[in-house]
Amino acid sequence: MRTASQIAALFTGPQVHRDVYTCPEIYKLEMQHLFANTWVFVGHESQTPKKGDYFTTQIGDQPVIQVRHSDDEIYVLYNRCPHKGTKIAIDREGNTGKFFRCPYHAWSFKTNGCLLAIPLKKGYENTGFEETENAKGMTPVGAVRNYRGFVFARLAAEGIGFEDYFGDSISSIDNMVDRSPEGRLEIAGPPLRYMHKCNWKMLVENQTDTCHPMVAHESSAGTAVNIWKEMGNPEPRPPAMEIIAPFMSPYEFFENMGIRTWPNGHGHTGVHHSIHSDYSAIPGYFEALSATHGKDRAKEILDENRHNTVYFPNIMIKGPIQQLRNFIPLGPDKTLVESYIYRLVGAPDELLARTAMYNRMINAPTSMVGHDDLEMYERAQEGLMSNGMEWVNIQRLKTGDEDFTEEAVENGTTERQMRNQFDAWVKFMTATMEKA
Amino acid sequence: MAISREEVIDFIYDEARMLDEGRFSEWLSLWLEDGHYWMPLDYKQTDPHLVTSLLYEDIFMLRLRVERLNGARTFSQKPKSRCHHVIQRPFIDEMEGDRIVTNTSMHYVETRLDEQFLLALTATHELKVVDGAIRIANKRVDILNCDAAFGNIQLLP
Ligand code: FES
Ligand SMILES: [Fe+2]
Repeated sequence: MRTASQIAALFTGPQVHRDVYTCPEIYKLEMQHLFANTWVFVGHESQTPKKGDYFTTQIGDQPVIQVRHSDDEIYVLYNRCPHKGTKIAIDREGNTGKFFRCPYHAWSFKTNGCLLAIPLKKGYENTGFEETENAKGMTPVGAVRNYRGFVFARLAAEGIGFEDYFGDSISSIDNMVDRSPEGRLEIAGPPLRYMHKCNWKMLVENQTDTCHPMVAHESSAGTAVNIWKEMGNPEPRPPAMEIIAPFMSPYEFFENMGIRTWPNGHGHTGVHHSIHSDYSAIPGYFEALSATHGKDRAKEILDENRHNTVYFPNIMIKGPIQQLRNFIPLGPDKTLVESYIYRLVGAPDELLARTAMYNRMINAPTSMVGHDDLEMYERAQEGLMSNGMEWVNIQRLKTGDEDFTEEAVENGTTERQMRNQFDAWVKFMTATMEKA
Repeated sequence: MAISREEVIDFIYDEARMLDEGRFSEWLSLWLEDGHYWMPLDYKQTDPHLVTSLLYEDIFMLRLRVERLNGARTFSQKPKSRCHHVIQRPFIDEMEGDRIVTNTSMHYVETRLDEQFLLALTATHELKVVDGAIRIANKRVDILNCDAAFGNIQLLP
């Protein structure tokens, strides 16, 4: 196994070694260290609104259950029976009532994981069973935090606190939630599930890659613009024009849009404006938001047009359209992307309709935009196997040494956010490795 | 002249053949202007608007899809995908005036390079007779494993 210093050597600043995308050993270390030491997104509280409601997912490669306990708090437990390992819940969501019951030998557990009962328990008398970890019940993860409805967990029992980890980056979640006149989001239906034969980090990097839309997506966005012109530029514009055409904006647009980076690998595109800025107003929405916050504050909330906010390690949210994409690693060259949408409670349905439209137009396995992105990732995954060159370049707009412990706002085409992610990658990969 | 049941059934077969042979422009001309192609994400989904679907596309989007397939810089279509529908004889669920509704089970195969996948699906066509010709008013395609994770589905099941 590689040592901490060997891991650190994979990121030089301007370059990153291809092993971070291709090497099974590095992937294993990521699951063991990176996904244990960081705060990873689990789910939204509205996925488990009632006591006993649960939702199954993964943190890195660890199967977990998000469940609402009788104290109304959300717990995150490893999805594993303490007896012989059987997964306790197999369906994606459900309600388990007051307790979980393993279908193999009927051990049962409270919804906070504690062992409730074992049939024929006397068989364990005088065996020393009480002293084993198995006797405790289902294991909870290291730490859980429900932040305004978004549930995050840290697998490791010890480590960086939630506030220190996210710092000011949490303002993107705040802005998304503040857009609800009631200050609350609600999950809207199941997520799109899109399988990618590439490393999970390629997807995360692409969220702030502002030099690819006008190139990779010319076939969809450029063609949309051409068809609309041929039709004589009809107004109101077809929905596809509002959603897809901005991808064709010139480099200048993306340069001026700006990128902000925060410590610990978080960052966002769209500091000054974004591809979401020119969406048409939805009647009644501003009024509803003003009724809650007053006009000035409502305007301030809506003037924030952050495009993609990356929460390191593996999610992206879009505040202006209430979307979250979860890049779930399944292997060094396999990633499941789940794209969720949320309703702004108290806002007109038209907003949610636009959000649902965005999701299917951009993030579906049937999306013309998604097709070209996936094509690029998979070509990169294959191309990186070439021994002709071992290093990947992420040097754009890197002038001199960079201090990622400081927040920074830069030209929107910088690759600083990708470097920021790798800086955090080294930090949280090596935090629990022996220093050698 | 009234449309016969046999003409309706032939129409469904012809449509599938157009897609398999890549005659997309011809396929587009079957559609009425305000039609939608819907592919739900959820089993027995009832609402196309307030939850996500795989597709819910108007004619502008379908036209975009077709023109994109022919584009010079359509990278995910270099090389191009091919598809193949095997369809069961359609049920005619409704035939009333100029409105016809059919329900057709299909197996859909799509391939590109070394990859090939199979989808089992049910297509519901809402057809309309306009000037003596059958046109597509709406089409709904339910994929049997709609809630599974897919890679690219690039053509039209
Ligand atoms: S494996 Fe769960 S009770 Fe035996
Ligand atoms: Fe893209």
